[in-house]
Amino acid sequence: MATREVISTGNELAAKAAIDAGCMFFGGYPLTPSSEVMHVISDLLPKKGGTAIQMEDEIAGISAVIGAAMVGKRALTATSGPGMSLKAEQLGLAQMAEVPLVCVNVMRGGPSTGLPTRVSQGDILQSKNPSHGDYKSITLCAGSLAECYTEVVRAFNIADRFMQPVIVLLDETIGHMHGKADIPTVEDVEAGIVPRKRFDGAPEDYLPYGCEHDEPATLNPMYEGYRYHFTGLHHDEHGFPTEEIETCRKLIQRLEDKVELHKDEIESYEEFMMDDAEVMIVAYGSVSLAAKEAIRSLRAEGIKAGLFRPITIWPSPAEKMKEYADKIEKVLVVELNIAQFHSEVQRATARLDIDGLFKVNGRPISPYEIVTKVKEL
Amino acid sequence: MAFNYERYLRLQKMPTLWCWGCGDGVILKSFVRAIDKMGINQDDVCVVSGIGCSGRFSSYVDFNTVHTTHGRTIAYATGIKLAEPSKLVVCVAGDGDALAIGGNHTIHGCRRNIDLTMIIINNFIYGLTNSQTSPTTPRGMWTVSQKAGNIDPTFNTCNLAIAAGASFVARETMIEPKKLEKTMIKAMQHKGFSMLEVLSNCHINLGRKNKMLSAMENLEWIDSISMPKKKYDALPDEEKLNVLPLGILKEDKEADEYCSMYAEIQKVHQGERKKITQDDFEKKI
Repeated sequence: MATREVISTGNELAAKAAIDAGCMFFGGYPLTPSSEVMHVISDLLPKKGGTAIQMEDEIAGISAVIGAAMVGKRALTATSGPGMSLKAEQLGLAQMAEVPLVCVNVMRGGPSTGLPTRVSQGDILQSKNPSHGDYKSITLCAGSLAECYTEVVRAFNIADRFMQPVIVLLDETIGHMHGKADIPTVEDVEAGIVPRKRFDGAPEDYLPYGCEHDEPATLNPMYEGYRYHFTGLHHDEHGFPTEEIETCRKLIQRLEDKVELHKDEIESYEEFMMDDAEVMIVAYGSVSLAAKEAIRSLRAEGIKAGLFRPITIWPSPAEKMKEYADKIEKVLVVELNIAQFHSEVQRATARLDIDGLFKVNGRPISPYEIVTKVKEL
Repeated sequence: MAFNYERYLRLQKMPTLWCWGCGDGVILKSFVRAIDKMGINQDDVCVVSGIGCSGRFSSYVDFNTVHTTHGRTIAYATGIKLAEPSKLVVCVAGDGDALAIGGNHTIHGCRRNIDLTMIIINNFIYGLTNSQTSPTTPRGMWTVSQKAGNIDPTFNTCNLAIAAGASFVARETMIEPKKLEKTMIKAMQHKGFSMLEVLSNCHINLGRKNKMLSAMENLEWIDSISMPKKKYDALPDEEKLNVLPLGILKEDKEADEYCSMYAEIQKVHQGERKKITQDDFEKKI
């Protein structure tokens, strides 16, 4: 695949990725450290005939995005932790009504107002279940500048494939990082766009939510003669509210299964120097960059460390992590929170002896800290 | 010939869940007659509702319909409108939905003057959830959350919309469906944010402890607190205190509409015009 070299920030690349992936609508609200996504896209969207609007609050931002997505547009919102908390209920509606959208969360210190300008990875568990109820979140996490671009592009395609919101986690460090990145050409991105499935039969035969047990809804664009109903209530195959017992059960099970039974289409990860690794470091986001530096230092000293980096946080690459953990004794999860992904590694590997290096003071983890920790294992 | 409601209704969803004698049905019928008179294709209309009895409005009418979360009707509708500005987008919400939990979106919808029509069905109570106080519940009335009597001051929906910048503001009651239908047409034809408050009854959950046990008693009360604007304007100020004027209260056809203004933003970025400056606006602050 052809690539092009750009010099940019993570937030800017996320905005440009959305544009290249066919996004036509942005709704948002200023939220440090994500605001540059809005700053950039509010220039780019009107240029190509799209719309970017700063709404009155975070809730309105994602609500407008869901509205535009219901009409049939690819749509983006961007925020950080406090905004994610506010958007939670609408993310639930998008899960329930099966409305695809991409939500970029540039993580900062929390809880509450926390550390607005400083880095954190504290929203890992939030992104698994931002809203109440049962559904299966899809969350991707960029571990480099280039991935701020490629994962946002992928998120749009996944959202349309699975007809649900996709969260892309950046963190403050990677969002504000400025540097060189090799990213795919616009032509390649456009060629890779997989549009939403649509129904082309007679309107009277259209059942937007009448699908197989493991497939998403088929939601045609609005205003094209297929008049149907969106709702956050439990609904039947037409989209109309119902409390019929079996219909309710099937709906929620389908929201789970459409992702769970097809997670091989989503899951991705990076293995760095894992071939002969005797220590497995699990890290994601900006922390993985420090982990790679640490691994190079450790290897120079003869310690065979490797990195397993989940790119899909939810669903997690559980089977692969277990495969490694079954043969590598020393496993260390390094993250900027207290054991949020660590608990997932424990679950996936069925091991309670997984080590952790956690930092929650708003500062990045340095390669030196990781090297020191590995030597203590 | 009798009006053919069936063309516009989702008959499989009938009967509605609304109580016998509820004003929502009268408002729904006025709405579909208004659409019919305007001659708009059903495919070109989107009806957006929130949560509450009024939230079910969207599921009963055969248009593109969206039943959103509590209070967010206008926020969803803003995205829907901006995505396809040529289509008619109508919001239907109750007083609790539009003025309490969704109050922020309501005032900002008015401020932007985006071309949406918002029908607020004001029955002065949270009906669906059994009689809690709403921002329009009259002071001194009984509610299930203020059994000692409601002390909360009320919003005047139309004054709020006027102050917030809506370019079309009207109030009607469901007692006069023909007049309501006419005002609905004007509201939907208006280019800009149209706020139409419709006073309606909830004899079940407002009336049951406030001495209005029947729909008729509730409607008589609505009639007693409202009068046509012309008659209202002639009243001495001290008599206006507990009366709500009916009819079109504001109609500004010159006000900048948001989608049209956004098209100017697109032109700037596409190099078709110079940047927008203060000189482009008569009223700047």
